[in-house]
Amino acid sequence: MKVSLNWLKDYVDVQMEVKDLAHLLTMAGLEVEGAHSVGEGLEQVIVAEIVSVRKHPNADRLTLVETKTGRGTLPIVCGATNIRAGQRVPLALVGTRLPSGVAIKKSKIRGETSEGMLCSEIELALGQDASGIMILPPETPLGVNLGEALHIKDTVLDISITPNRPDCLCVMGIAREIAALTRQKMRVPRLALSDDRGDIEQRTSVTLLDPDLCPRYVARMIEGVTIGSSPTWMKNRLEKVGVRSINNVVDVTNYVMMERGQPLHAFDFDVLEEGRIVVRRAKEGEVFVTLDGVERRLSSQMLMICDGVKPVGIAGVMGGLNSEIRENTRTVLLESAYFSPMGNRRTAITLGLETEAAYRFGRGIDHGGVLSAANRAAELIQALSGGKTIEGVIDAYPVPIPSRSILLSVPKTNQILGTEIAEEVMQAHLEALELRVERGVPHLLRVVPPSFRGDLEREIDLVEEIARMDGYEKIPVTLPQGSPAVSSEEKSKESIAEKRVVDVLLHHGYHEVINTSFTSPTSLEALALPAKDPRRRHLPIVNPLSEDLAVLRTSLIPGLMATARYNMAWKNSNLRIFELKRVFLPQEGEKLPMERKVLTGLATGFDRDPEWSSSPRRVDFYDVKGCIEDLLETLQIQEARFDRAEDIPYLHPGKALRVFVGEEALGVLGEVHPRVMDQYEIPGKAYLFEMDFEEMVKRMQEKRQWMPLPKFPVVYRDLTLVIDDGVEVGRVIMAIQDLHHPLIDDVSLFDVYRGAPIPAGKKGVSCRIRYQSNDRTLTDEEVNQHHEKVMSRLREAFQAELRA
Amino acid sequence: MIEALGHIREEVLASLSKVHTEKEITEIRVKTLGRKGSLTQLLKQLGALPEAERKEIGKRANEIKEALESQIEEALHQLKEREKKEALEKEKVDITLPGRRIPMGKRHPITQTLDEIVQIFSHFGFEVVEGPEVELDYYNFEALNIPKGHPAREMQATFFISEDVVLRTHTSPVQVRTMEKRRPPIRVICPGAVYRCDSDPTHSPMFHQVEGLLVDRGITFADLKGVLTVFVHEMFGEETKLRFRPSFFPFTEPSAEVDIECFICGGKGCGVCSNTGWLEILGSGMVDPAVYQFVNYDPEEVTGFAFGMGIERIAMLKFGINDIRLFFNNDLRFLRQF
Repeated sequence: MKVSLNWLKDYVDVQMEVKDLAHLLTMAGLEVEGAHSVGEGLEQVIVAEIVSVRKHPNADRLTLVETKTGRGTLPIVCGATNIRAGQRVPLALVGTRLPSGVAIKKSKIRGETSEGMLCSEIELALGQDASGIMILPPETPLGVNLGEALHIKDTVLDISITPNRPDCLCVMGIAREIAALTRQKMRVPRLALSDDRGDIEQRTSVTLLDPDLCPRYVARMIEGVTIGSSPTWMKNRLEKVGVRSINNVVDVTNYVMMERGQPLHAFDFDVLEEGRIVVRRAKEGEVFVTLDGVERRLSSQMLMICDGVKPVGIAGVMGGLNSEIRENTRTVLLESAYFSPMGNRRTAITLGLETEAAYRFGRGIDHGGVLSAANRAAELIQALSGGKTIEGVIDAYPVPIPSRSILLSVPKTNQILGTEIAEEVMQAHLEALELRVERGVPHLLRVVPPSFRGDLEREIDLVEEIARMDGYEKIPVTLPQGSPAVSSEEKSKESIAEKRVVDVLLHHGYHEVINTSFTSPTSLEALALPAKDPRRRHLPIVNPLSEDLAVLRTSLIPGLMATARYNMAWKNSNLRIFELKRVFLPQEGEKLPMERKVLTGLATGFDRDPEWSSSPRRVDFYDVKGCIEDLLETLQIQEARFDRAEDIPYLHPGKALRVFVGEEALGVLGEVHPRVMDQYEIPGKAYLFEMDFEEMVKRMQEKRQWMPLPKFPVVYRDLTLVIDDGVEVGRVIMAIQDLHHPLIDDVSLFDVYRGAPIPAGKKGVSCRIRYQSNDRTLTDEEVNQHHEKVMSRLREAFQAELRA
Repeated sequence: MIEALGHIREEVLASLSKVHTEKEITEIRVKTLGRKGSLTQLLKQLGALPEAERKEIGKRANEIKEALESQIEEALHQLKEREKKEALEKEKVDITLPGRRIPMGKRHPITQTLDEIVQIFSHFGFEVVEGPEVELDYYNFEALNIPKGHPAREMQATFFISEDVVLRTHTSPVQVRTMEKRRPPIRVICPGAVYRCDSDPTHSPMFHQVEGLLVDRGITFADLKGVLTVFVHEMFGEETKLRFRPSFFPFTEPSAEVDIECFICGGKGCGVCSNTGWLEILGSGMVDPAVYQFVNYDPEEVTGFAFGMGIERIAMLKFGINDIRLFFNNDLRFLRQF
C-alpha cells in the first residue's frame, strides 16, 4: 500500500526523519518496503503563463510560445497542440535536469530561440499523462516553483500490510498507528453533513434481501452535479497512492477509500429503474457486464446490487457498465456498505476480479465507519462537482454488529512473552490503539476493541498488540528450559543411512543434483515402460505452470537424463550425478499418493579429466556396479545378490542387473539402452543405478561388530583357470567359496585375460586365495597340499586347464 | 726409515685427494695397508732396527698407520655421502606439476545449507521429522488456522491435485502431523520440498524449507528470541545484527519476521536489501492457541513457538547467488563450486 507523507500529516504530526518513521512503522508490524521522493528536481520548474502561441516559421509541427513568468517573458519552442494563450503551465528553465535525466539548455530550434521547455505530467514524473502540456489551474501562482505551487513535494511510503490488518489499507489507518506509537491524538476531518432523516426517503429506498452477505448499506444522494475533471490537489494525491484520476465523482469515491478504507460506489441515479436499490443474490447463470466492459456469468453465491428491475453492480467487487457515472450524469446515488468478507472474497476469486474494493471488503472493513465515509464522500462530491446533497441518509442496518469484549490476563500475557510489563503499561498501550479498557478484577483487563479492529477477537490477539506496542526489541532473550523430546528411531536410522550413502557416492565422484518434482506426462515415453508399470500412472496437477510441468514424477531417471543432456551441452561431459528424492505413485482408493525416496545415479564419459600422469578411462558398467557394491557394504546389507536382468526396457539387455536381498528387489543398474540415449540425444554411453532408498534403510545393519585380528600369518596362493569365454567368472569364485574349505579365508579375482597364449574362445581367470588358520602358522607344504586339492576340484568342476 | 714413512704418507694423502670411486680408495688401502702394502712392508723391517731406534720409530710408524687408516675411512665416508647426495639430487621432482587428485563429488548447495541448519538446531535437541509433500488441505491450511476463504491462502499460490489435496505450500503441516502423533515436550525440525505457483529469478515452483517447532510447559516469546538469535549467530556469524519484527502468520501469534543486517552493504542500504539495510530470513511466532485445538493440546498448559525459513533464500544470501533457478539447472560448473 502506497501512502503519501503529506497526506498522513493531515491527520497526525510527523516530526521525525522519513527513515525513522519507516523504522517505527516496520517495528510495529507495518513493514515499510520502500520510500521514494516525489517532486524532487523540480526546483527550476516554475509556473508560467502563455502570452501568445504562433506557428513556427520553419516547422509545421512546432509553435513559438511567448511565456511570462512574473519576472519577464521567455520565448519557448514547443511541439504540443493543447496550449492556448492565458493558460498556466509548468516551464522548465534553462539548467533544469528533468526526472528523466534530460537537461534543459538554451537552444535554437530551426532558427528560433527557446529558453526552456513546457512540460507534460509524464516529463515531470507527476503522472502518466503524456498527451500534452500539463495545464495548471488558473489560480496557480505565477513564477513560483511548481513543487511549491502544487504542494507536490512529498515522500511516498510503500508499506506491506499483512492480511490481518485491513484497517491499515488506508491513510487514516496508518496515521492511527503512528498516533498510537507516538502517543498523539489523531486529527479526524470534521464532517458538516448531518445524518438526519430527510428527503432522501421520498426519493429512493434500499432493500436488503440477503443481510447475511450485506449487513449494512448506507445511501446518500447528490443532485445537480457537473461531471468534470478533479482539481489538481486531488489528482496529485490519488496519483501518489497509485490511483488513476477518472472524474470528479469517481475520484471522490476513490479518495475516500484511500483515506478511510471504505470502498464506495457512485451510481448514475437517473438510470436506476424504479429509482431504488435492491441487494440480493444473483440468479444462477445470470449474465452481467461490469464497467470494464467484460461479460460475467454469475452464480447464486454472488451478491448483486440491483435497481428495481436489474443488477447494476457486483456487490463490493465492481459496478456495472449500465449505471456508471457518465459525462451527463446529474444525480449521484452514493453507496457505502459493509459486505461479508467471506462472501465477497468468494465472488472476487470466482470471477478473478481482484479490485481495490474487493481486496478491502474481502479482508473486512470498518462496519462502524460506513456512515461517516458516505458523509465524507457526499461533502467532497458536493464541493468538487457543484451539486447539492439531498437531506438525510438511508442506513439499512437491520442487525447491528455487536462489539466484543475480551478478557486479558496480565500475568498470562507476561508469561507468554517472557516479560514483566506492568498492568498500567499494558492498559496504556491498548488505549493508545483506541481500545477501551476496563479494570475490575485485579490483573484482569476487560478490553473492547473498536469496530475497525476486526482482527482482535481473542486474548492472544491482545497479547500481540501489547508485544508490538511495547516493542519486540524490549522482550528479553532467553533459552528454553526443559529437556529435549525423546527421539524417534526410524528417522534417525534414515538420516544415518542417508549420510553413509551420500559419503560413498561423493567418494565415487558423484555430484548431488536436485530436479523439481514436476515433469511432463510424456517424460517416461523414452523409457518404453510396459503398460502395467505403476510408474506410468502420474499424479496430475490441476493448475500446472505449463504442460511440461503438469504431473509429479514417478521416476528420477528422466530428470537425470535431462540434466546429463544439459551438462553435455556445456561440455561437462565427464559426468557422475545422483539424486536422492521422492517419487509420487498414485494409490488406488487413497487421497494421497505413496511418496518414496529413490536413489538414482548416472555416470558417463571418463573417470577423470585428462592429466599428465595417467590417461583417463571411460567409465563403464563395473564402475557403477562397484559403487553399488560399496554402498551395500557400507550399509552392511548382507546377502545382497546381483541377478542378470534382460527385461528392463531402458537398460541394455546384456549389461543390466537387479540387486536382490532374498526375494526383494533393491534396485537395478546397467548401461542406459542406446535407444534411450538416442531419444535424449546424448552421445556415447551412460550407466545408471536406481535403488529403493527406503528398502535399503530397512535392510541396513547399524550394529558394527569388530573381528579379532588374525594371530598367525596368511599365505597367498594364485591360480589361473582357463575356461570358455562364455562362462561367467562369478561361477569360478562361487565354486571356490562353495568348497567351504576351513583354511580358505578369502578369494579375490585379480585378472581376466584373453589372447595368447590363451586359445581363442577361452579366457584365463586368475584368482588369489588367502589361506589362514586361527590356531597355527601354516607351513608352505601344508598350504601347497591344500591348494593342490582346490585346483584339482576346480579342474574337475570346470573341465578346465589350470595353472598355478 | 722415518723418511720412507713420511714418503708413504705423502703419497697416500695425494692419491686420496684424487679418488672418485670406492674402488680407487680400496686400491689405495691395499697398496698401502694390505699384506703386501708399502707401509706393511716397511713395518716388517722394524725388527731389524736397533732396540733404541725401534721403539721410537715403531711408535711413529704406528701413528702414521692409524692416521692413514682414518684418512682412508674418512675419504670413503665422504665419497658415500657425496654419492647419496648425488642420488637424491637426481631424484628431484618438478613440484610445480599438479598433484594426483581423486575426483570427489559434492553435495548440492541446498543440501549443504540444509545440513548446516539442521546441525545447529540439533544442538538444542531438535530432531528431524518429515512429512508428505502431497498434502491434505486439512494439514496444509485448515489445521494451521487457515480456513477456506482466508486471505492468507492468497499469500501462498497453491498447486492443487484435487479440491482437498494440494502440494504443500510450506513445511508447517509437519508441525500438525507431529503434534497429532506425540505429546509435549516436542522439539522437531522438518526439512523438505515445498511448492508454490511462482517462477522468476527469486521464485521457483519447487523450493525447500525448514520448519521448527518447540512445545513445552512455560515456553515464552523470549525463548523464541533466544533460540533464533543463537541460530543466526551460528549461521551468519557472531557479529551479525538481527531484529525481530512483528508480522502475521495465521498459525502463530504473536508472530515475528527475523531480519539480519544486510551483510552486502553493512546496513547502509543496497540493491540486495531493497535499501532497507535488512534482509528477511525467517518467519516465526508463538504457536496460535487455535492450532492446539486441532491437535487436542491444552493452550493453558503448554506454549511453544514455531519458525520456518526458505533454504534457497539462505543459500542465496550465504553464497551471493542471484538467480534461484541455478539450483535446479544442476550445471556441474555451478555444483562444483560448493
